[in-house]
Amino acid sequence: MDMNEIKEIFFQECEEQLAELESGLLKLNDGDRDPETVNAVFRAVHSIKGGAGAFGLDDLVAFAHVFETTLDCVRSNRLEPTQDVLKVMLKSADVLADLTNAARDGGYVDETRSRALVKELEALANGEAPAPAAKTPEPATAAATPAPAPTDDSGFQPIPFSFDSFDDGEAVDDSRAYEISFRPRRELYTKGNEAALLLRDLSRIGEMSINCDADGLPALDKMDPEEAYFGWTIQLKTEKSEDDIRTVFEFAEWDCDLEIREAADAAPEEEVPMIPVPFDLSALDETDTAAETTSSANAAVEAVAAAETASSVSKMAAAAARVEKKEASATAASAAAAQNAAAAAAAGQTIRVDLDRVDRLINLVGELVINQAMLSQSVIENDTTGTSSINMGLEELQQLTREIQDSVMAIRAQPVKPVFQRMSRIVREVADMVGKSIRLVTEGENTEVDKTVIDKLAEPLTHMIRNAVDHGIETPEKREAAGKDPEGTIKLTAKHRSGRIVIELVDDGAGINRERVRQKAIDNDLIAADANLTDEEIDNLIFAPGFSTADKISDISGRGVGMDVVKRSIQALGGRISISSRPGHGSTFTMSLPLTLAVLDGMVVTVAGQTLVVPLTAIVETLQPEASSIHSFGANQRLISIRDSFCPLVDVGRILNFRATQANPVEGVALLVESEGGGQRALMVDAIQGQRQVVIKSLEANYTHVPGIAAATILGDGRVALILDVDAVVAASRGQSLKPEISLAATG
Amino acid sequence: MSYAVKNSHQASRELIAFRIGDQEFCVNIMSVREIRGWTPATPLPHAPPYVMGVINLRGAVLPIIDLSARLGMKDAEPTARHVIIVAQVRSRVVGLLVEAVSDILTITEDNIQPVPEVSSDLEKQYARGILSIDKRMICMIELDALFLHKESEAA
Amino acid sequence: MKKKVLTVDDSRTIRNMLLVTLNNAGFETVQAEDGVEGLEVLEDANPDVIVTDINMPRLDGFGFIEGVRRNEKYRAVPILVLTTESDAEKKNRARQAGATGWIVKPFDPAKLIDAIERVTA
Repeated sequence: MDMNEIKEIFFQECEEQLAELESGLLKLNDGDRDPETVNAVFRAVHSIKGGAGAFGLDDLVAFAHVFETTLDCVRSNRLEPTQDVLKVMLKSADVLADLTNAARDGGYVDETRSRALVKELEALANGEAPAPAAKTPEPATAAATPAPAPTDDSGFQPIPFSFDSFDDGEAVDDSRAYEISFRPRRELYTKGNEAALLLRDLSRIGEMSINCDADGLPALDKMDPEEAYFGWTIQLKTEKSEDDIRTVFEFAEWDCDLEIREAADAAPEEEVPMIPVPFDLSALDETDTAAETTSSANAAVEAVAAAETASSVSKMAAAAARVEKKEASATAASAAAAQNAAAAAAAGQTIRVDLDRVDRLINLVGELVINQAMLSQSVIENDTTGTSSINMGLEELQQLTREIQDSVMAIRAQPVKPVFQRMSRIVREVADMVGKSIRLVTEGENTEVDKTVIDKLAEPLTHMIRNAVDHGIETPEKREAAGKDPEGTIKLTAKHRSGRIVIELVDDGAGINRERVRQKAIDNDLIAADANLTDEEIDNLIFAPGFSTADKISDISGRGVGMDVVKRSIQALGGRISISSRPGHGSTFTMSLPLTLAVLDGMVVTVAGQTLVVPLTAIVETLQPEASSIHSFGANQRLISIRDSFCPLVDVGRILNFRATQANPVEGVALLVESEGGGQRALMVDAIQGQRQVVIKSLEANYTHVPGIAAATILGDGRVALILDVDAVVAASRGQSLKPEISLAATG
Repeated sequence: MSYAVKNSHQASRELIAFRIGDQEFCVNIMSVREIRGWTPATPLPHAPPYVMGVINLRGAVLPIIDLSARLGMKDAEPTARHVIIVAQVRSRVVGLLVEAVSDILTITEDNIQPVPEVSSDLEKQYARGILSIDKRMICMIELDALFLHKESEAA
Repeated sequence: MKKKVLTVDDSRTIRNMLLVTLNNAGFETVQAEDGVEGLEVLEDANPDVIVTDINMPRLDGFGFIEGVRRNEKYRAVPILVLTTESDAEKKNRARQAGATGWIVKPFDPAKLIDAIERVTA
């Protein structure tokens, strides 16, 4: 895995951290005071800073650092997370996101904004308590004294540790002789340090001889194996400076008595009586670390030395005995990701998988479903005896196939949360821009949808939210005048309903101005001047192509024509959208999307000799029309009476141009359908063949969008059947012809 | 079966030649994915007359274009003896209905003669050049140019 | 005979960088995402040295180090703390918990390897 791959993974991680950050801040904004929430927020910024530092993304590091410092104040209860403070935090989160994106894509960030925020953050941090040092720690500066020379007042020395930063560095060009006395305390060992290793490291920087002072060693029966009894005096001849020598001991310095003196002469004798112990350092490089001794008095020394270095021994022995653990195999993605996945899989939680692989799997399963259907069909056609074992086998096969399909589809299911979170930022920014006060409330963020739906949902949702903020919700003054709360509310919810996901966007604004919409539609030739439309139908006019009520082109939402584009986007996902509105009280957009893009429960019907599939979710009931229930209306319309109300009949074969003449409803079947925003209609079909779950195949992939047709599928007989776009067909029957879109196709 | 008219200094390319009525055409072999026999297509509503419908190609939905109609000649009346050339045009895969595939040709740039002056706009649109091979006149078709309009139709 | 390093850090980026750095230097690397997982992995991993972050969810570095030290087997295993935080109070706390040494992020790969070499046999 190279640095570019790691960098890519870093930016992915940043996205997750930014999402965590926003969600945590929003929780705090709602009054959550759980310390874990605060911690999570801190860690998110901390993580980004850490990674950014590794890649030298200085702007990002600098901002993250200030942000982190202020968050630390909140974390340690020095700064109260009031509404005002959280406002600054949320804006900082936005800037952090911008900086991250700039670092990723090479763009630029508004510096005045980030600088202003830095000032605010610093003010918050300083206003409450003396903040810890804001600068990243630097290597040791000059320390002339022989005292333990840490860069700050703790016992730890940070690495990197640069020799160059000693400006009084005893630049020795030739060897000096030092005398070092080193006596570890027991804490040294409990921190995992090893006297033997320290002495070994010391030996690497010069020539040395060691004398061990074992005076403190009690009799064996009184000996505590964990206590430190030894001291060593080391004569070291080295070119290095005293500080370099201290570096060797830097980790252990706090837990030992260390003195370093430059020996005036090379005389090794000191006042302390010592038993010379030839300490064989070379032995440390082998698995057997028992020190060699020559006198019996040293047997005890040896025992203790052995005990003290026992941990090293056991480690090495363990190393020798160690079996290679399972190592994740390198994948196209990255070896590290796979390793993490292996660790995570062992923990039983999540696993990262290449999206391509999932897509391939889903396609294959789709093929499997088709194949199984074709097989069933073949058997039925060819097997007149109806062998029960074959039939049973086929039924089981069908069951299994469905289960596999469901499981595979579920792999790609993701919660809508990230999309909703993006919206919250958009509400903030746009509301700010237009001087309105608006809050976004979300519900059902954990509702799961196919990943592709989520990816494609962001754009239409963004558009609708911008519209709601810009046009839907009134200014605070207007709202107050109307007796409403000056702060407007936009509610975004997601839930599962009868096999689909329903997303609602509700605002408590002024609602649709029906007069204006009606007039605009007339002006744009979308409806006749005297057309009689229900309120609902007027509201849904905003989805018509070319429609716009914005008098000015506002910066925010463009021309306001976006709604027809939004509708197309939703339809492209296999979904439906409608609007309902109450003047003065607000509007509700309702979107219904399929849970997965790939399968559909459909009713297979025949129309003018062609096989069509009608999505089951659109069908309310099926009817067998009788002559007495059919009524003509106007020039071309026909109505069917159903339980006291009249429902328009839709000649599907005619609309799709499969036949030139009108069909006779009595000779066929009528499907009563519910269309978004259009009320009920009765679709005329020749016959019903059955119900089936079909795999959706795109027409757009190799052809283009066909008006009136949602997609295609392959039936058991291997032939392509078209899936009806109920809403488009219903709209066509209302006089809004399918034609305008088709004329494009007809040219050329 | 295969004709090679080569000028050894020039890069050569391979073309598949096919027949529609009494005319011969060819397309770059690199665009051709496979050749299939004809199967009835599912018609598409309100489709242009040269779009016969769609068929199932191993799980993918493949539109079938009546190339004769598309080239401005008469509509094809497909029979079992007709052939579908499955071709890649930009990002799409389409099926071209022709009467029969005749040859695989290997030619070089200097075999290509310019399209005659009398050609109409339609021919100018799709014809890349003319080949004269063994007293036959074979028109080279630029598939991308022929199906350009489809791109702009995309919703 | 490769030395084994257990790295504990909640940042995927840092884990990746540690993995690459340590593997290239000839170490065997085992990883964990936070203190809890670190303690779980510890038993089977049997590392020669541990490198851990401080700020982590579920169980932070301090808690993790204390947990390691409570385990008989790992009372003396070297533990290096790797973090961007450098204030004295945190360092002291880490030391009290039983950390052996301290490395600042962003880490210089050479210095990291050096530190590991120094505390392992």
